[in-house]
Amino acid sequence: MTNPRGRFGVHGGQYMPETLMNAVIELEEAYDRFKDDPDFKKELATLFNEYAGRPSRLYFAERMTHDLGGAKVYLKREDLNHTGAHKINNVLGQALLAKKMGKTRLIAETGAGQHGVATATAAALMDMECVVFMGALDCERQALNVYKMRLLGASVVPVTTGTATLKDAVSAAMREWTSRIDDTHYCLGSVMGPHPFPTIVRDFQAVISAEIKEQMLEREGKLPDAVLACVGGGSNAIGTFYHFIDTPEVQLIGCEAAGRGVDTFETAATIATGRLGIFHGMKSYFCQDEFGQIAPVYSISAGLDYPGIGPEHAWLHDTGRATYVPVTDEEAVQAFEYLSRLEGIIPAIESAHALAHAIKLAPTMRPDQTIVVTLSGRGDKDCVSVARYRGEELSE
Amino acid sequence: MSTIQQAFANGKAFIPFITCGDPDLDTTAACVRAMVAAGADLVELGIPFSDPTAEGPVIQEANERALAAGTTTDKVFDLVRNLRRDVTVPMVFMTYANVVFSYGAERFIATCAEVGIDGLILPDVPFEEKEDFAPLCAQYGLDLVSMIAPTSENRIAQIAREATGFIYVVSSLGVTGVRTEITTDIASIVRVIRENTATPCAVGFGISTPAQATKMAGASDGAIVGSAIVKLIAQHGRNAAGPVGEYVREMAQAAHSAE
Repeated sequence: MTNPRGRFGVHGGQYMPETLMNAVIELEEAYDRFKDDPDFKKELATLFNEYAGRPSRLYFAERMTHDLGGAKVYLKREDLNHTGAHKINNVLGQALLAKKMGKTRLIAETGAGQHGVATATAAALMDMECVVFMGALDCERQALNVYKMRLLGASVVPVTTGTATLKDAVSAAMREWTSRIDDTHYCLGSVMGPHPFPTIVRDFQAVISAEIKEQMLEREGKLPDAVLACVGGGSNAIGTFYHFIDTPEVQLIGCEAAGRGVDTFETAATIATGRLGIFHGMKSYFCQDEFGQIAPVYSISAGLDYPGIGPEHAWLHDTGRATYVPVTDEEAVQAFEYLSRLEGIIPAIESAHALAHAIKLAPTMRPDQTIVVTLSGRGDKDCVSVARYRGEELSE
Repeated sequence: MSTIQQAFANGKAFIPFITCGDPDLDTTAACVRAMVAAGADLVELGIPFSDPTAEGPVIQEANERALAAGTTTDKVFDLVRNLRRDVTVPMVFMTYANVVFSYGAERFIATCAEVGIDGLILPDVPFEEKEDFAPLCAQYGLDLVSMIAPTSENRIAQIAREATGFIYVVSSLGVTGVRTEITTDIASIVRVIRENTATPCAVGFGISTPAQATKMAGASDGAIVGSAIVKLIAQHGRNAAGPVGEYVREMAQAAHSAE
């Protein structure tokens, strides 16, 4: 799937400062050495199963299915993983790899805080130092996650440059890595950045679709007709898609954060509003102005509030293999409330973007068809901001 | 010989950097003229970018100020047209890949050639990715400047062998910004470069004092100074040309005096 130098069609590549080139090459070599190593695979499988709680459940959302009156809706419960999101899959893989490489310190960026919490968790478990960069605005939106990271022993650096959100946190983490490489692994949280990150993160998240495939065959005796996931950088989506890419009967649908709408400037829907560019180490689609200045994107969801999309998604879009649809704040908040009331499951506001599209899609399909929606995370962290969206201020 | 190499023809070169449009393009023009009058041998013009990942806080803030003031790629091209009425030293752009790519790499590079830009420095385009830009630069007579870092090690020889214009030797780990001390063994990096190419090399990142300029130019073919100049502009705003000229005079003398 990946050609040399980490290209997905024209996308991907290694657009990095020279200072970091040997670091990404060293990472690529280490990953190639360990990915098929039986001991590494065994250790990671043990961490997945014993520590993260895999395999995650595939839950038949019967009330939702009945209410929507169309395709059967299954939820892939990544929200039930330890730390409450899919992010732990990638982090356990990368932390184990970093440890094998002799690194003693993990740095990471985080948007909603889920990847930061997962990285801080793995660092605690593996006795590594941990520094997390988080946009100052996101620190405010996700104060509970900031506290959790500190509790887990990580230091959290609020990033005040630019828009003080996820893209600025990525830039800050890249700058930090440039200044300290020998003992430090940059634990990137999504399928983005320079090669080999999009491939490494995808491979560690691919467990999601491997399990969906097995669980659906067991439950329904057939593969799903469509799989849906939210897309910021796109890690839970690529994990949800990966083992179905070569099975064209399975529709792959990525749900982007449209914020206040794709016809406004307050959006983060990259496929809908971006164009080809080079940023954060990769060639892909980015929200940008006519002179290539990266756009200050917006979404109610701190985890999808990123102006780009991973290179493999850009390629799946180019080839038409996957479809990307925009979902607004309002639709996501409605889906957040809908699942809470109907199924007793409070989803992450990120995952609610995928649910919102499922709510539109299921009624257009037949009852003998099935769709799987990946619930990438749990929604506790979002209660304050959704309440605020609805005009209610919460305090402890 | 490329036009850039004229900057190295009469001994050690002093290479100042400035972010275009900080605080406005008229000030940039005045500062460039003051720097050239004060002995700059080659000028690096930064086209501001929203997310300059290789820059420290000083140049990041300059980028933000320049963009907030409405600086665009087209306005920077106009600035160069204006400067080229009287400025004869080589000038290169330093910016990020997306600024060039989004303009259309060929359209950007052709316009560079038309307005009198001699080369490009793109800190997020390493050796492996230069195919997007290097052939077009060659076609239009620009040099794509290669960077070599303290971590380059086994990569130095291959980068040096294909280098054009000059080689930008990054003095230290980390991003741009003033440093009290540069501990990298520059001499051994330069030795490997010289075993592989006749292309001159200059050292940048962290240089702010005349003593550092003398030392780094002495270890290579020139010294590059950015953040210290950008700091003066932040301090003096529209009246920066005088102080910038004075500072560059002192630094250029220090670089030129190197053995």
